Amino acid sequence: MDPSNVESGEHFPTALETAAGPHLLAPGASTRRMMLDVLIGLVPVLAAALWYFRLAAAAQLLVALAVALATEWVICRLRGRASSLSDASVCITALLLACSLPPQLPLAATALGSFVAVALGKMAFGGLGQNLFNPAMVGRAFLMICFPASMTQWTEPLTVHATTQATPLAAARFAGEFIELPRLLVGNVAGCVGETSAILITLGGLWLIVRRAADWRLTAGMLAGVVVVAVVEEVVRGADQSLGWARHVSAGAVLLGAFFIVTDPVTSPLSKSGRWLFGILVGLLTMIIRLLAGYPEGVMFAVLVGNAVTPLLNRWTTPVPVGGHTRRAAGRKPADTGPG
Amino acid sequence: MSIADCLAWLRGEASFARGVHPPTRKSLAADQPIEILPPPAMVTVPLQQHAGAAARAICPPRSRVEVGSLIGQEDESAAVSARVHASLAGRVQPLVGVTLPNGRHSLAVPIAGDEVHSRTNAAEPQGIDWFARLYGGSWHVEDQQRYFPRDIRAAVQQAGIVGLGGAGFPTHLKLLPQATRPAHTLLLNGCECEPYLTADQRLMVEAPAAVVTGLLLAQKAIGCERAVIAVEENKPEAIAALRGAVEQLDDQGRTTVRVCQTKYPMGGERQLIPAVFGLEVPTGGYPLDVGIVVLNVATAAAIASAVLRGHKLTHRVVSISGEGIREPKNLLAPIGTALSELIAACGGLADDACRVIAGGPMMGFAVTDLSVPLTKGTGGITVLTRRQLAASEQTACIRCGRCLDVCPLGLAPTRIAHAVRHGQLELADQYDMMACCDCGCCAYVCPAQIPLVQYIRQGKAQRLRRTD
Repeated sequence: MDPSNVESGEHFPTALETAAGPHLLAPGASTRRMMLDVLIGLVPVLAAALWYFRLAAAAQLLVALAVALATEWVICRLRGRASSLSDASVCITALLLACSLPPQLPLAATALGSFVAVALGKMAFGGLGQNLFNPAMVGRAFLMICFPASMTQWTEPLTVHATTQATPLAAARFAGEFIELPRLLVGNVAGCVGETSAILITLGGLWLIVRRAADWRLTAGMLAGVVVVAVVEEVVRGADQSLGWARHVSAGAVLLGAFFIVTDPVTSPLSKSGRWLFGILVGLLTMIIRLLAGYPEGVMFAVLVGNAVTPLLNRWTTPVPVGGHTRRAAGRKPADTGPG
Repeated sequence: MSIADCLAWLRGEASFARGVHPPTRKSLAADQPIEILPPPAMVTVPLQQHAGAAARAICPPRSRVEVGSLIGQEDESAAVSARVHASLAGRVQPLVGVTLPNGRHSLAVPIAGDEVHSRTNAAEPQGIDWFARLYGGSWHVEDQQRYFPRDIRAAVQQAGIVGLGGAGFPTHLKLLPQATRPAHTLLLNGCECEPYLTADQRLMVEAPAAVVTGLLLAQKAIGCERAVIAVEENKPEAIAALRGAVEQLDDQGRTTVRVCQTKYPMGGERQLIPAVFGLEVPTGGYPLDVGIVVLNVATAAAIASAVLRGHKLTHRVVSISGEGIREPKNLLAPIGTALSELIAACGGLADDACRVIAGGPMMGFAVTDLSVPLTKGTGGITVLTRRQLAASEQTACIRCGRCLDVCPLGLAPTRIAHAVRHGQLELADQYDMMACCDCGCCAYVCPAQIPLVQYIRQGKAQRLRRTD
């Protein structure tokens, strides 16, 4: 080593920059990557939707997507903010909304629902990360109130000519007819665009969990809530008078909800224990609505109620630091103010 | 528990809850034996290299000093202070102000070294073999029996030894037994959990006897029964070397080597104590509250060298590593050497080098001025390249809770950071902001790439200023 090189600067050819540590970030940790993983997880769900409901499904998906993207873009412009389309979260909202609609819903209604989901469900709160309720469920609830008839008109899968048919849950609830489990698993039943195939939804959902785009505690909590009530129902009503836990899980929106809706990080609690409680709560509420209320399906309302309780759950499950609370703050619970 | 945690548990490794697994990149310098940096032409020895009050300069300009001469006397009026010694033979220059690697400012004593020909002698033409003098050769275990706790503390104080892990708390104060809180165990921290750093690892491999001798001396000074040396599982050579040295003690298992999971931040005392002993240090308290004294392995080696050989703390092992360094090395260098000299001794910076960090990439400090001096607490220099520092794109918090999932102290980093961001220090306090140990796991995993720990650090600084 020649010390003269040091002085001439030959050893230090680059401009050094400064920043506060940590200087490294976890490989692949980005919001965009998380959202892309959700989109990848949705691929089998969308494939099932297109297979069973053909052009009707394609129309629902495309209209919801186009309106949602346009709405977010326009609102970003109106607020004078940079467009937030690149984080892809709006695509997830649109696709999940479309997946939760009946295939033959008039497309004008779909467009309205998509607009409400993004404008009221998400952007009105301040955009990504700020919304209290799951935007797709907000859009769906709006449609459920505005178009109660169209939102409960179902068509038989795999047919060109739409013939009205009851969903498995409606058939069980109102006609006492129980559809056999294998049909529910493959998804050859009437229902919302993307909720019918239990197997493909689970496949896509497992991808989210493996990629950690979704926390398994939320999924497991919701499924546990559903199963527990279903087993109780079976014991109380007798096996021949009840759907049973397997059919309760695979019929309707439980799996789509457990893997794709309750796992929305924005509207679920922060801590692990909070996520367990949230999942279980949504599962229990779903079953209470299914069995006792006027609707055959309860995932949407259960999720919205759960979302409303999330700040409270956050407050209850504020973690205790290793070594206990700071003495000054001991015994005082912080108010939930949200991250923003 | 993650899969990695389960495997570690099955292997019987000590561990703590949560934490992260950044790529360790130890292989860059782990197999490079410690080299002795030739005496530089000049060193600048800061008077503040420790927690507490700065040392007071006692040498007038132009006075001659040898290696180990006292140049900074501790501030007797302060409860916490430490001495500073010359690390180069030469003449003292007028005091200057310097920026330390951690960004703070201090007065410093520059020493211009003697001419090169007088720095070497016939016996040691390459310069003095400081490694052999400080840590090498044989250590007679019986030696430590002859010392009284008082003598050990006095020697440690006179040598100006402070914690070499980075915090820089004066070691003689740690070795003082406290009547109200007796210590039962000495924990020697050889985890070195920061990526890239290998200085402690090399010291454990090359001078295990010095480390263990220092442990015995410290144990004697504190008056505690047991001692545990904790080393992460990714340093098998160090574990074997230390086990060999401990076996020679034949002390009926009172000293043990404990293997820990390789996980960041294992080396933090609030993580290491729960991992090894299952005890939680109370928030706002100290390890002594649960009867434990924690010392870094390099500190232990310095204690041995000070007590048994009379050496002052004038040199330390520092690893110079990272993709931005041409020849990563472990150097034994005089304290006060400019970082540029250390980097030059390792072949210089690579062309795409972009950030020079004093310390490791998780908790280290970026420096732009390479004249910054090496301090007692600087265990490594890490140089990263532009490719590794991809421009981060900060987005809104999506409340995913990953920061809670990794926070080793079980805090809610996003809540604290956002409270600080909005100037609500009261709220941040309610989320136990002051308990944060700055490890940076939260910012490391955040998918929205929010500088969480940076906000929290800022909040803690504001809070301390307000209480002052």
